[in-house]
Amino acid sequence: MTFNKWTRWSLPVLFILLAAIPFVAQALNEPFYVTFFARVLIYALAACALNIVLGFAGLVSFGHAMFIGLGCYAVGILSDYGISNGWVQLAVCIAVCIVVAVLVGSVCLRTSGIGFIMITLAFSQMFYFLMVSLTPFGGDDGLNIYESSDFGLFALSGSTEVYWATWVLLLALTLFLSRLRSSPFGMVLRATHINPRRVDAFGYSVFRVQLSAYVLSGVITGLAGFLLANLTAFAVPSYIAWHLSGELIVMIVIGGIGLVTGPIFGAIIFLLLEEVLKGLTTHWMLVMGPIIVVIALAGRNQFAWLKTFFNRPRSAAAAIEAQPATGEVR
Amino acid sequence: MNSSLFLSQLLNGLQLGVLLFLLSSGLTLIFGIMNFINLAHGSLYMVGAFVGAATYNASGSFLFSLVAAVASAAIVGLVVEHLVARPLYRHDHLYQVLATFGLMMFFNELAIVIWGNRPYFVTIPEVIRGSVEILGAQYPVYRLLIIAVGVVVAFGAWFLIQKTRFGMLVRAGTTHASMVSVLGANVDLLKKSLFMLGAALAGLAGTLAGPILSVQSGMGDPVLILALVVIVVGGIGSIRGALFAAILIAVIDTLGRAYLPQLLALALAPTAANTVGSALASMLIYLLMAFVLAFRPHGLMVSAKR
Repeated sequence: MTFNKWTRWSLPVLFILLAAIPFVAQALNEPFYVTFFARVLIYALAACALNIVLGFAGLVSFGHAMFIGLGCYAVGILSDYGISNGWVQLAVCIAVCIVVAVLVGSVCLRTSGIGFIMITLAFSQMFYFLMVSLTPFGGDDGLNIYESSDFGLFALSGSTEVYWATWVLLLALTLFLSRLRSSPFGMVLRATHINPRRVDAFGYSVFRVQLSAYVLSGVITGLAGFLLANLTAFAVPSYIAWHLSGELIVMIVIGGIGLVTGPIFGAIIFLLLEEVLKGLTTHWMLVMGPIIVVIALAGRNQFAWLKTFFNRPRSAAAAIEAQPATGEVR
Repeated sequence: MNSSLFLSQLLNGLQLGVLLFLLSSGLTLIFGIMNFINLAHGSLYMVGAFVGAATYNASGSFLFSLVAAVASAAIVGLVVEHLVARPLYRHDHLYQVLATFGLMMFFNELAIVIWGNRPYFVTIPEVIRGSVEILGAQYPVYRLLIIAVGVVVAFGAWFLIQKTRFGMLVRAGTTHASMVSVLGANVDLLKKSLFMLGAALAGLAGTLAGPILSVQSGMGDPVLILALVVIVVGGIGSIRGALFAAILIAVIDTLGRAYLPQLLALALAPTAANTVGSALASMLIYLLMAFVLAFRPHGLMVSAKR
């Protein structure tokens, strides 16, 4: 079975509701909503991608903002040189993400657990400081993108275009991930989290499986960055500060680790909450911080109360809960 | 290349290394014995810096501000331990990272609420404001003082860990925590005092850094990342590793920033050398970390996995 009951119900409802947003925004004459929800979907895309390593493989990458940055700057730097062809930008974005993910992944995956968290974070910061110090590409002030990615048939020239592109991509990714999760690769990947030694004994290379997942995750996160650059017409180091990596993890934890649709709900809840709090006070982080602490203390799946309605079968999320508490499996 | 300039850059690196050591020794101990990753450690550094600066500006006594800052960081550390860290000791690292990430957001914003968004200035006390001549280089006394504090703390940490009953329990706790508990040591108290000690050291680092760096919200974040790199390079859980790695990384970072653009200027055009040099200098320590990990995945000072 590709979908469990929960996903089968929530998936179509969710995407139909999301498809209605541009029309509702147009009817209400509030274009801001399209921009806002385009951002939500882009973060949802990144969170879903991070979920491949974090949820399926149990590798807590605290550096996925780096791939967002690679995507952003692939658009920014190429359009700065006058190359606004979307296909070229896309190809460069994917190629760069693959190369960086392979290099960074093969170093990071030499460690596990806490080391992996710290090293992914450090690499992400390295990229951040690199972009800050590269003054030809705007340095700290960022890079304006005057021409958005032009794909010939369509161009990502406005919020609505970016919204639909993200919507399609997110739907495709969700369907792909629900297949991937129960595919032989997905099974082995999840098994590397639960018992790497046994996976090794079965003749799989744990390192190769994890690295493939890391590269896949990195490339998709790069696409999120690609879309983000087009949405804001701007590429700036502050997009890729480590807070974003943390926020992506928060989104996944809110939505339920290892669930295919979880990060989408998590992104929607997190960013709506952030928007509401920002409306109430400039010191919204004073409230958001403790909320994150409480979420972490409550732990586990935040949608447990919802999922009980749907009699969810045992999943990776349940398997993670059954883990020994230390997190160090090997 | 000017040799006296080189010497003062080297001392600058040493002084940054001391600050990093103060931070990372606490972080690595907390990780070693509690298996807890504390991203809010940078916030404790910030607490120390702010309280130190505020009490110094109010009282005019440097020693008093030092005591106040260290004490307040320790108290904040105790509260954090009790409310957030303790419930998460036996949980996945993911939740520890998340909770302390939330705490960091909270403390950064709290600092803005209390002290505002602008950097908060604090001067070096009159007595230690001057500079002395070392081998032809003028060097500020205050920075030398920081290095001296680092030497004292490093020696103190060695004494505490190797020669006292507390240290014995810590050493035993890093490898056999449950056995220590079974033998009748109060592990909960041990963990609390260790967390407070780490927090106090972070607070001390913050106060000392106050007059030479700008005291502002978020000042703990970049230093925390450096401390994490130090821990990874030195070997997680090893104080000796933290000491060597802190000095190695700080010296490489400082010298890289000072000399890499000049070195590249020998081969490249000046503007290109400046850009590439500063970009490369900012990446240098991370490249070092990747290099260390590629050959010694458990860090320089930890030979095999525990």
